Amino acid sequence: MNASVDPKKLIKGGLHDWEVIVGMEIHAQVTSRAKLFSGASTAFGAEPNDHVSLVDAAMPGMLPVINAECVSQAVRTGLGLKAQINLRSVFDRKNYFYPDLPQGYQISQYKDPIVGEGEVTVDMADGTTITVGIERLHLEQDAGKSLHDQDPTRSFVDLNRSGVALMEIVSRPDLRSSEEAKAYVTKLRTILRYLGTCDGDMEKGNLRADVNVSVRRPGDPLGTRCEIKNVNSIRFIGQAIETEARRQIAILEDGGSIQQETRLFDPGKGETRSMRSKEEAHDYRYFPDPDLLPLEFDQAYVDALAAGLPELPDAKKARFVGDFGLSAYDAGVLVAERASADYYEAVARGRDGKAAANWVINELFGRLNKEGLTIEATPVSADQLGAIVDLIGEGVISGKIAKDLFEIVWTEGGDPRALVEARGMKQVTDTGAIEAAVDAIIAANPDKVEQAKAKPTLLGWFVGQTMKATGGKANPAAVNALLKEKLGIEG
Amino acid sequence: MSVDEKTVRRIAHLARIAVTDEEVGPLGAELNAILAFVEQLDAVDVSGVEPMTSVLPMAMKKREDVVTDGGRADDVVANAPETEDNYFLVPKVVE
Amino acid sequence: MSSPNELTLAEARDALKAKRLSARELTQAHLDAMAKARALNAYVLETPDRALAMAGASDGKIAAGEARPLEGLPLGIKDLFCTHGVTTTAGSKILETFEPHYESAVSANLWRDGAVMLGKLNLDEFAMGSSNETSAYGDVVSPWRRNGSDARLVPGGSSGGSAAAVAARLCLGATATDTGGSIRQPAAFTGTVGIKPTYGRCSRWGTVAFASSLDQAGPIARTVRDCAILLGSMSGPDPRDTTCADLPVPDFEAAVGRGVKGLTIGIPREYRVDGMPTEIQALWDQGAAWLKEAGATIKDISLPHTAYALPAYYIVAPAEASSNLARYDGVRYGLRVPGANIADMYEKTRAAGFGREVKRRIMIGTYVLSAGYYDAYYVRAQKIRTLIRRDFEAAYADGVDAILTPATPSSAFGIGEKASADPVEMYLNDVFTVTVNMAGLPGISVPAGLDGQGLPLGLQLIGRPFDEETLFATAQTIEAAAGRIALPGAWWA
Ligand SMILES: [Mg+2]
Ligand SMILES: [Zn+2]
Repeated sequence: MNASVDPKKLIKGGLHDWEVIVGMEIHAQVTSRAKLFSGASTAFGAEPNDHVSLVDAAMPGMLPVINAECVSQAVRTGLGLKAQINLRSVFDRKNYFYPDLPQGYQISQYKDPIVGEGEVTVDMADGTTITVGIERLHLEQDAGKSLHDQDPTRSFVDLNRSGVALMEIVSRPDLRSSEEAKAYVTKLRTILRYLGTCDGDMEKGNLRADVNVSVRRPGDPLGTRCEIKNVNSIRFIGQAIETEARRQIAILEDGGSIQQETRLFDPGKGETRSMRSKEEAHDYRYFPDPDLLPLEFDQAYVDALAAGLPELPDAKKARFVGDFGLSAYDAGVLVAERASADYYEAVARGRDGKAAANWVINELFGRLNKEGLTIEATPVSADQLGAIVDLIGEGVISGKIAKDLFEIVWTEGGDPRALVEARGMKQVTDTGAIEAAVDAIIAANPDKVEQAKAKPTLLGWFVGQTMKATGGKANPAAVNALLKEKLGIEG
Repeated sequence: MSVDEKTVRRIAHLARIAVTDEEVGPLGAELNAILAFVEQLDAVDVSGVEPMTSVLPMAMKKREDVVTDGGRADDVVANAPETEDNYFLVPKVVE
Repeated sequence: MSSPNELTLAEARDALKAKRLSARELTQAHLDAMAKARALNAYVLETPDRALAMAGASDGKIAAGEARPLEGLPLGIKDLFCTHGVTTTAGSKILETFEPHYESAVSANLWRDGAVMLGKLNLDEFAMGSSNETSAYGDVVSPWRRNGSDARLVPGGSSGGSAAAVAARLCLGATATDTGGSIRQPAAFTGTVGIKPTYGRCSRWGTVAFASSLDQAGPIARTVRDCAILLGSMSGPDPRDTTCADLPVPDFEAAVGRGVKGLTIGIPREYRVDGMPTEIQALWDQGAAWLKEAGATIKDISLPHTAYALPAYYIVAPAEASSNLARYDGVRYGLRVPGANIADMYEKTRAAGFGREVKRRIMIGTYVLSAGYYDAYYVRAQKIRTLIRRDFEAAYADGVDAILTPATPSSAFGIGEKASADPVEMYLNDVFTVTVNMAGLPGISVPAGLDGQGLPLGLQLIGRPFDEETLFATAQTIEAAAGRIALPGAWWA
């Protein structure tokens, strides 16, 4: 994929330049009402062990029955990742002991996952694009949760999460910087949210990353990797990679070697450290779960799911560029969230797409950001913003007045057109009224008129005075034209 | 293939079963007797044979995505050796 | 009339229906017999209060003319089936105090049909054994003795409590489970009838798992008809078990008495094993002769991979068991032995909670699944399973309706007799029965005669998938020809 080494991505060590190689395993909680193999709820925030069935608690004789919706969600996700959908897959048991793993094994997919190879296209801030290979996606059960700080000698185990469906999405080691890794996760999250297969809520742990990091001198074979477990924010993913890469470089430049191990990123201390509990040599003894038959479906099932997929961000972005004449960057900003894209489209429909993009990105997003609001919580509806854009386009209000109007709509609400009427915000396009104002200013400032003949930049001062005199409502184009004419300025 | 004492201890640890020094020898002998017994399978030509994954050919039943269970934490922890506030308690796990 | 517990299940059903007997009387007769038979150690738990309450309710139903198929019939439940509010141990110390808050599908089906629970029956720990000597709650003693000897014999296993209780008239019938022969071998050892139905005929939901791809529940009773009646209630589709077949339950009882005219019975040459007692060979020949006389065609067949079934089983079953038994960790239920840390707690709990045979099988299963050995052992064994199933498919495709074999390579042996032997010798008990589990087929064991020591011997019939009806018809033909074996008198009472 990234065949040649881009020197800008290299990390400077004390002695050499180093290339960082990153691959990721993303655990994404499947959006479903019930768990992967039981009828207990997946809802967040229940009382301890309340969303637990006897299956989730691994009572003797309990058996798993797969949730059909979780299968559909995995297939949808596979289609969204342009991946191979396997019509036959197998659930395996991954055997290990842990107090929040009630069965003593996790039901997962090992040799035959439901989704095979795919890819994700990621746009970088500098305008370049990278393609990240997806190795596979499989369905598996989440574990329960252990709380360690309730008691000095005891851990508290809650199985509410136990058995919730996860999609493990494994990338190829195609990422070459923390920036690329962050952009990849961001993009993947966008795709999942578009598909409605994972809400991407990283704070709740509904999307978390295991990050495999290694470093090498450019051109060398792959180095030994370390896996940083369960990183739960995009910012931390970037920090963890930087920190871990530097740790490995320091060791290698000191003549040491990297031990393959599982590590934990501590954002507070800004370091990664070895996870002792995971250090024990693992032997998961995978084998097909004899309680479950192979998971089989036909191509018609896949085709029906494909037909029901929403337009995905890449396609939407291309359409925004093509249909609305947006820059790739602006289109990318707008499609990052499906709700933003939908909002934009509602504003842009039947209007100037660029003007609409400008207002959505600069005014609306800017304001939302400042207030810490999401698009879903915007006080200015797409209809209202569309009306503001219309009023500018029709020459009813100036761009400056439009900003005031936006502020009024934001804080007070109301129909922009009616507000403009009621509050006398209309732009003055009546040449007679503008001319009177211009004449008055020329008459009052003969010295400036004289200077302006030699120094045309003084035109701006006259414009300003005129706008002031008209309360900002004069049509700036008309003011400009009149002044040029009366002052005898060319151009 | 035959198992030595070190392997017996490794397997016992993987299976989370404590074994005493006295148990290791006899356990190893028993395991070796069983492994010797199953060795006759090496004589079977299995080339091109699919391993059995389901005993009888049928389609896997699936459940609807409906919440039908839960809300029975008391049942879930009823048999637990140690609980508090419906949590299961275990010796502290160090991560 | 002799004591009501001497009746067959079908006879008792008819007596209740005709109001010649009340369900409470019938239940009380069994509870009395159980109280006198504690030396057999067939029950690990008697539930007299529940039994009498259920019987009382049944009498009400009968009086109201609302009798269900098993109304008022007292049964024993193998202690591998979870019973709501009744301790369920699986024969293990690790579940000594476990009280399920749910009822197994199989036992729930029986209660739905009006049956009465007498108690929980002893078994080999986690159903791992062929002699009922691995139970944490003591050996089960067979009601049978050799001629002129009072040496205690094993009832077979793992459903040894079920077989002993049925043979000793401590219940009209019992639930059992069969992973490698655990219904058919104890039935053969105790002169009772036991059927392991097709894999997927009975739901496994709520039955403590040993080896998921092999475990199947079935009944043990005193006659073929009784088994047919019980299986009709125990089996049926269950959305909670993905491996349970969505097939309607046939009228099994109607198949009893259908005869074997026109059927082709296969005699597999590979079951003639070295060192098989001549009595067993003679019994097998006799069985074929009876069926021929009754109108069946006898056909020599070959099941070439038979010899590999047992070794393959001793890879697959322990592998699945090692994983199925991982949940017994002292966290959510069952025994907990405190430890310095979590791993120490696990290791001490499982060392103290599991018996020697269970540990041995967990160890073997862990080993064959471990890195580097998985393909050589587990995958190869599963391939051999495919070959074993193909052998049967070829025979059935060739027109064979059922296959006749001996049920066991010997009659019952003495308690402790095989204690010092290497484990493989005990495993050889299942040599004739285990192929059936490996291929997921139905198999029935029916008593066919006594050996020179006066101990019962059984014949096994193996059927096509989901064709238990042919097995009931054929087994009943043997039962009729052999004459019902007189069960031992109550020397224990
Ligand atoms: Mg992983
Ligand atoms: Zn995973």
